[in-house]
Amino acid sequence: METLLALAIGVLVAAAVYLMLARNVLRFIFGLILISNAANLTIFVSGRLTQGLPPLIADGAYAPVVGSANALPQALVLTAIVIGFGLFAFALVLVFRAYTTLGTLNSDKMRVAEPREDAAK
Amino acid sequence: MSWMLSLPILIPFLTGVLAFLLRELRAGAWISVIGCAILLAASAVLMGHVLDKGVVAGQMGNWPAPFGITLVADLLSAVMVVITAITGLAVSIYALAEINRRKEYLGYHALFQVLLAGVCGAFLTGDLFNLYVWFEVMLISSFGLLILGGSKAQIDGGIKYVTLNLVSTILFLSGVGLLYGLTGTLNMADLALAVDQVENQGLLTVIAVMFMIAFGVKAAVFPLFFWLPAAYHTPSFSVSAVFAGLLTKVGVYALIRMFTLVFDHDVGYTHTILLWVAGFTMVTGVLGAAAQSDFRKILSFHIVSQIGYMILGLALYTPLALVGAVFYLVHHIVVKANLFLISGVAEKLTGSTELKEIGGLYKSAPLLGILFLIPAFSLAGFPPLSGFWAKYILVKASLDIEMWIIAGVALFVGLLTIYSMTKIWAQAFWEPHPYGLEPKLSILTPEQRWSYLLPIAFLATLTIIIGFYPEPFVQFAERSAAQLLDPAPYIEAVLGAQP
Repeated sequence: METLLALAIGVLVAAAVYLMLARNVLRFIFGLILISNAANLTIFVSGRLTQGLPPLIADGAYAPVVGSANALPQALVLTAIVIGFGLFAFALVLVFRAYTTLGTLNSDKMRVAEPREDAAK
Repeated sequence: MSWMLSLPILIPFLTGVLAFLLRELRAGAWISVIGCAILLAASAVLMGHVLDKGVVAGQMGNWPAPFGITLVADLLSAVMVVITAITGLAVSIYALAEINRRKEYLGYHALFQVLLAGVCGAFLTGDLFNLYVWFEVMLISSFGLLILGGSKAQIDGGIKYVTLNLVSTILFLSGVGLLYGLTGTLNMADLALAVDQVENQGLLTVIAVMFMIAFGVKAAVFPLFFWLPAAYHTPSFSVSAVFAGLLTKVGVYALIRMFTLVFDHDVGYTHTILLWVAGFTMVTGVLGAAAQSDFRKILSFHIVSQIGYMILGLALYTPLALVGAVFYLVHHIVVKANLFLISGVAEKLTGSTELKEIGGLYKSAPLLGILFLIPAFSLAGFPPLSGFWAKYILVKASLDIEMWIIAGVALFVGLLTIYSMTKIWAQAFWEPHPYGLEPKLSILTPEQRWSYLLPIAFLATLTIIIGFYPEPFVQFAERSAAQLLDPAPYIEAVLGAQP
């Protein structure tokens, strides 16, 4: 299972890097979303995977059974997903705003803040 | 003691909420000022406590470490919180005049306070995942502040700032995941013990480098700094000043914390990388500044160059070098925020920050000229201002362990810094205005003049005090460096704080 997930993470990162190398900023953002999901999966796997043993504590016991799922990485992933959702919502709106004010999504043409010397003349 | 530790985070958050609710009134701006003053008082109390009792730790929600979220203040954290409050207070007074009603209505003051809360949280947390959360709090509010107003240049700079910072965030998050997989803990004090038990030390070094890159983007070191000069000259001057003073320094702080407490297993490898990075950061930053002709762009590139000095202190990893790094950190925040505030006044008086378009400020506003000279000379390292001592300690530290080349680089970069500062001085202050204007301070209303010049004068005074009475500050930095190099009290305070 770990191998399968590791491969899935690898594919996600590869696809993300491919997208992030594009000049189009929207593609870059899509790449970021993919790679952030790869990061979330990495945390999930790093908690070690188990099957069919939820970390529930039985009546009268003080600790979950040995070998049950690790709840902490899942809590971390959940936090990361929520934060990531907020950030990407902002990033997408920013890209849309860039398209309406700057008239382009090509990152090579975004030179308003740092104009080229030859273009200024 | 946990209430004392959580105050520097809670105060700005509450202030932010209040400021947001009252954003339609003029009161929002004053709430921001008062909030910063209370924050300064709270951080001073915390500082006194840490000076008195040593490292202070508190467990949030009474979950014992390493299971719950820990807040820790050692001397470095405490001084960073104090300096955050000082910068926040100065900038919030400046913002009284600079931020217009529209930006206030859009929530400038609330975002500003949340930013301060995020910065304080990052300085105080003792948990790696919690550090990630504070970085995000800081990041999202800085996004808002950066593009507030929505001019073309802001959106353009914002795109680069947002995308590159998000990449660093994801790298940080992956590093956290892998480190958890390897050690099974995310509490920094617990990590410091757990990393010694790890069998595969090579894998640990890989993770250390991931953190180095992630924090390196935040700290704007070579070759990861390109988002900074692309964005820092676009927003309001108050925003530039607080970004320049605090944000990159959170990255430096995280680097210092992680690479003294947790990743000290392979110093020969990791800190050699840091040494090269430091050298290149100093040189590229200062050369980049030499090529610019805009007040704020020159200053932005100088942030990069100065970050190199702090990284140098960490990379040398001797007691004296860390003293230099801590001293540099404190001195730099005060000076850099002040220079950005001054560039703002120059723009209000002359209408531009492009050096070709302005001039004659020394003749028409001599007070501003003198106030500019203090931080500018300090930045370049003129004795007896604060920057001189900071550079002196670092150069001496590198000479002590016979690192001749890096000491030479540090001195040479100092020389080039003088070149840039002279350029600003000559073109903005000395030469007559190209269109024959005589921009006087009296074109501002008295309230504006007060709220612009008071914070500038305050920060300049601080620079002078650090410069003329460096003794207590150096002693403080020495104690703080000793704590960094011997993490035992830190670990004991966190893990032994609760039964």
